[in-house]
Amino acid sequence: MSVVLGPPRLVDVTPGGEEMRRRGRRRALVRGAIVAVCLLYLTVVLLGPLVGIFLSAFREGLPKIGETLTSPDVRHAFFLTFEIAIVTLLVTTTFGAVTAWVLVRHRFVGRRILNALVELPLAMSPVTVGLACVLLFGRGGWFEPWFTARGIQVIFALPSMILVTIFICIPFVIRSVAPVLEELGTEEEDAARTLGASTLQTLFRVILPNIRWGLFYGIALTTARSIGEIGAVLIVSGMLKGQTETATIYVLTAFEERMDAEGYIVALTLAAISIVMLLVIEISKRRKIKEVMG
Amino acid sequence: MASAVRTVQQRRVFRAPTVTRLRHWSLRGAAITYLVAMIVVPVAAIVTKGFAGGLDTFREAMASPGAWEAISLTLVASALAAIINAIFGTMLAYILVRYRFRGRGLLSAIVDLPFAIPTLVTGVMLVAIYGPNTPIGKAFGTVGIPLMFSQIAVLLALCVVTLPFVVRTVQPVLLELDTAEEEAAQVLGASAWKTFRAVVMPAIRPAIAAGALLAFARGLGEFGSIVFVSGNIEGRTKTAPYFIFQLTNQFKPDQAAAVATLLFAISFVLVLVTSRLVRTERKEAKS
Repeated sequence: MSVVLGPPRLVDVTPGGEEMRRRGRRRALVRGAIVAVCLLYLTVVLLGPLVGIFLSAFREGLPKIGETLTSPDVRHAFFLTFEIAIVTLLVTTTFGAVTAWVLVRHRFVGRRILNALVELPLAMSPVTVGLACVLLFGRGGWFEPWFTARGIQVIFALPSMILVTIFICIPFVIRSVAPVLEELGTEEEDAARTLGASTLQTLFRVILPNIRWGLFYGIALTTARSIGEIGAVLIVSGMLKGQTETATIYVLTAFEERMDAEGYIVALTLAAISIVMLLVIEISKRRKIKEVMG
Repeated sequence: MASAVRTVQQRRVFRAPTVTRLRHWSLRGAAITYLVAMIVVPVAAIVTKGFAGGLDTFREAMASPGAWEAISLTLVASALAAIINAIFGTMLAYILVRYRFRGRGLLSAIVDLPFAIPTLVTGVMLVAIYGPNTPIGKAFGTVGIPLMFSQIAVLLALCVVTLPFVVRTVQPVLLELDTAEEEAAQVLGASAWKTFRAVVMPAIRPAIAAGALLAFARGLGEFGSIVFVSGNIEGRTKTAPYFIFQLTNQFKPDQAAAVATLLFAISFVLVLVTSRLVRTERKEAKS
């Protein structure tokens, strides 16, 4: 008995070439349509408004821009904004890194509660944050007697403005460092220890280089947010002109006082600063992803 | 020489546990103190002030003019913005992950803009192009649709501010998703829409929900962009955060705290639900 093995019988389930080509064309069309719709949406909500603020700020010409940005009120406002941002950055970065470390590496009762706590500022309206500060340090507040007795002005002054900004920025460093730490594991660290490295050496030679982009990402987010904060700062500042006026508050009051040109110019400056921050964020995010992926 | 090495090692062995334990506890103490002092205390102040007198303070606050309108406007506008951005955000995430075209990196960066630009500046930007004195604003005004200082303005501002959320939650899930299934569906003759609905959609649905919930929670508290574009007209364009701001400035911090607690409770639950959604998703993807 001999079995003849012929060529296997093919059942053609795929559509013919013509059909395939037609479908390919349709798919390209769909793809183009989706991209077009997305671009249209982005134009309406983002790109159009960006162009709008550019045109409005440059309407009165370059001399006006120079004049506005060098005026004492504006200079003071930006100085105050940066002051707040720097202190916020120092506090949230150091404590944030330590907290991320503890949340990732330590195992203890209540760790999950702490984890949930970190998310809390994200859920809070800036206005609510400002209100909390008023309740704590304002007239009749919990801590008001203590500070008044020592002659320290907290509310309607720099300290409260820094405090609310710190509160709002707490999650950024923690949430961008924690996943990197988790992925990193303890192998390299253990190796360094075994080879006789001191704690500081391990920290600076092994851990920090490994988490630096995650840390950088958190720092960039914090900077952007602290420069742009308005709701909370507005409530606790008391809006004392030339004293507790940050750059964002300056923009708000400028429009209220019908100084539209100044308002647009300072707003555009803030936008420009944040676009630079965004570039930093994009770069460090890409590096951070590489870090996490190994 | 050999004995010197041994003493060094011995010293390490004997000293390490106490030093490590001390370091361990001081780090943990610092972290806990930081979170408790900076987060628990302020939140406790809000909740206790708002509800020290039971529900009475809350009722009083809600009796002031435009209170209910403010809260319902915030809820409705945030929900609408979340839905709109769920749709466009999913599309944006899809084209960012699956399509290759020039300017993709730029597009990805643009999507993140609302996270970087100060919210107040977002409002200023919107007024600069859609305000009543601009060509676009005038055109819409003559048709009887005021774009700024209206409820549309509130919705528009929320759409801008919450744009990145859905994109950023859906994108990583799409990246992880194997394209083989999609290709199989296409080879078997499924249309693009059917492929998306039957193959892609089930995988990214939790991520879309998570992003939309985050957007909604963010919308509930949004202040900076809205304060500028809405005009804060009582009973029409006043939002809940502005209402809290108003109560605080009228020296009614108790009532403000009561309203703030309500708002904040809603969004905290949403944020917690979302982080759980994302976490289980990540675990599923890993296993």
